[in-house]
Amino acid sequence: MSLLEINNLHVEIESEGKKILNGLSLTIEKGQVAAIMGPNGSGKSTLAYVLAGKPGYAVTDGDVLLDGESVLEMGADERAAKGVFLAFQYPVEVPGVATMTFLRTALNAQRKLRGEAELSTPEFMKLVREKSGELGITSEMLRRAVNVGFSGGEKKRNEILQMAMLQPRLAVLDETDSGLDIDALKIVADGVNRLRAPERGMVVITHYQRLLNYIVPDVVHVMAKGRVVKTGGKELALDLEANGYAQYVGEAA
Amino acid sequence: MADVTPMKTPAEQALSAAYSAARTTLPGKGAVTKLREQAFARFEERGLPHRRVEEWKYTDLRALMRDMAPLAAPPEAAARAKARDAGKLLAGVDARRIVFVDGAFAPELSDLTPEPGLTIGSLADALAKGTASALGTAFTTDDVAVALNTALMGDGAVIDVAPHARIKRPMHLVFAGTGNSSAFVRSLVTVGEGAEVTVIEDHDSGEAQVNAALELIAGDHARVDYFKITQAKGLHVASLLARIGADAHVNTFAYTAGSPLVRNQSFIRFDGERTHGGIRGVNLLRGEDHVDTTLFIVHAKGHCESREQFKTVLDGESHGVFQGKIVVAQHAQKTDAKMLTRALLLSEDAEADNKPELEIFADDVVCGHGATAGALDPGLKFYLMSRGISDAEAEALLIQAFIGETVEEIAHEGIREALMNAAIAWLKARSA
Repeated sequence: MSLLEINNLHVEIESEGKKILNGLSLTIEKGQVAAIMGPNGSGKSTLAYVLAGKPGYAVTDGDVLLDGESVLEMGADERAAKGVFLAFQYPVEVPGVATMTFLRTALNAQRKLRGEAELSTPEFMKLVREKSGELGITSEMLRRAVNVGFSGGEKKRNEILQMAMLQPRLAVLDETDSGLDIDALKIVADGVNRLRAPERGMVVITHYQRLLNYIVPDVVHVMAKGRVVKTGGKELALDLEANGYAQYVGEAA
Repeated sequence: MADVTPMKTPAEQALSAAYSAARTTLPGKGAVTKLREQAFARFEERGLPHRRVEEWKYTDLRALMRDMAPLAAPPEAAARAKARDAGKLLAGVDARRIVFVDGAFAPELSDLTPEPGLTIGSLADALAKGTASALGTAFTTDDVAVALNTALMGDGAVIDVAPHARIKRPMHLVFAGTGNSSAFVRSLVTVGEGAEVTVIEDHDSGEAQVNAALELIAGDHARVDYFKITQAKGLHVASLLARIGADAHVNTFAYTAGSPLVRNQSFIRFDGERTHGGIRGVNLLRGEDHVDTTLFIVHAKGHCESREQFKTVLDGESHGVFQGKIVVAQHAQKTDAKMLTRALLLSEDAEADNKPELEIFADDVVCGHGATAGALDPGLKFYLMSRGISDAEAEALLIQAFIGETVEEIAHEGIREALMNAAIAWLKARSA
């Protein structure tokens, strides 16, 4: 069974009825890293939000199956417990909630939803020290409120830390490379590569081929006008870098 | 056309009758009696404040106060026993408990261990002996709620901190209410030059109707932390009347939860230069709770800094009111005052009225105010939920963060934690 199966997905923005996804179909296999590329407005971020369960989007047709089970009726928290993780393009600041508290609350909430026991304080501390150390996140950062006063790079590293702590089955990285300099990009890419695993699938959404030098995808999908218009190997990303998206935008029209 | 004299409401009639019946037995004579008579005359002339009185526009006391409960009788043994459980919110804080039961001082429930530089007494005693000479001098106002308090004041705390004394243990004034009666409590706190003290006025007053007033006179270089905790099921009107000297540090913090009808008014006068004041509070409202925070802050002297910050969480059909007026006198140059009030509306039917006002007569000042009212940010909530945190828990975390920003300003760790825990318990009860 595929890890993720998206069939003929049609989505519009609830408040304005604007159609964003137009019959998108896509399959992610276990152990696979898939890149999704596409021009602005092609629906990449909407796809990421719809997978994670953000309110405000209406699915008018189609289905999304994780391990063969439809997730569309599940809340964002239930999907997270099933193993869906979204690394945000613009991670949100949560004043007043310490990063450490947030990590622990999230981890234990997921475990509870899955019927697992909560982690003890020593177990949790050991895990958080190990994972934050790998990403160069200091204990001082962990004491600060979530993302408050973090630089762009720190926010993205914090996203990867959350992913490393939560060990999702399906990780969706929405333009994780945006706003990163080359050093930060390498740290983030290393963090992602460490999480590659036979049972885990990853969807890497990006505008640019650059990130894919560091996170080498197994497959590249090109999106335009709300659907996948081309699928190929990692060389497809190089072709896009050289020739742009114009050819695909035309095709989808 | 002749002036129209409005009909007295049942509550106004009951207040007049209560005063007539009690005037000869209320503590104090001579100057105290005169003070009472003048104050009562102000009430007789104006009646209870109503919506056409600007300062009471959003809390129409004449309409809201349907009746007056009888003046509390001296507490009996059963009431005194009940009062042992009052003020438990701060159970974990090492504080000196001074207990009042139905408005009357209960020395046997109070910690009166002597401490150098600290004098503790009861107002009834001070009025009878004629020793409360500073009474009525902290802040002059013609507010009718204060006038009623002055007319009918029965008992309260009289605390004096000698110059340069540092009282480390917070003074926890517990006002316990045990029945359906009225109490008019008045306290007087005088803090000498360079002295330090923390005073907590804690109203755990049950069904009782309470009109409370506390006068605070802080000398130059004094450091005062004042807390007001309100958990009152009955009508509760409280006034802080404060005058603060030069080079002082004074922080006030009001916490109100689980209280259907509260008016907390603070009259504060910065009366010396280079003083820092933090006027803060958190209000938690649900059901049909109505909580009104009214500030009247006077910067009478220059070079002072004041920070006013209030957060209100409103659920159900509750109604929150914030009126904050800062007056900067003509010669109070270099005043730095910033007022912020934020209301978090958890329900479509809750209402928040925010009315910040600045009245500036000096020309070289930095003053500002901000007011917001809104719902929880759906983007923040989605971020938390996308990590597996449930809807209810995400909301609780965000509300906690909303009030946490203000609670974090409390320097005393034990009180800070106790108030945060009380707020978290309130939130848990909400989502349960």
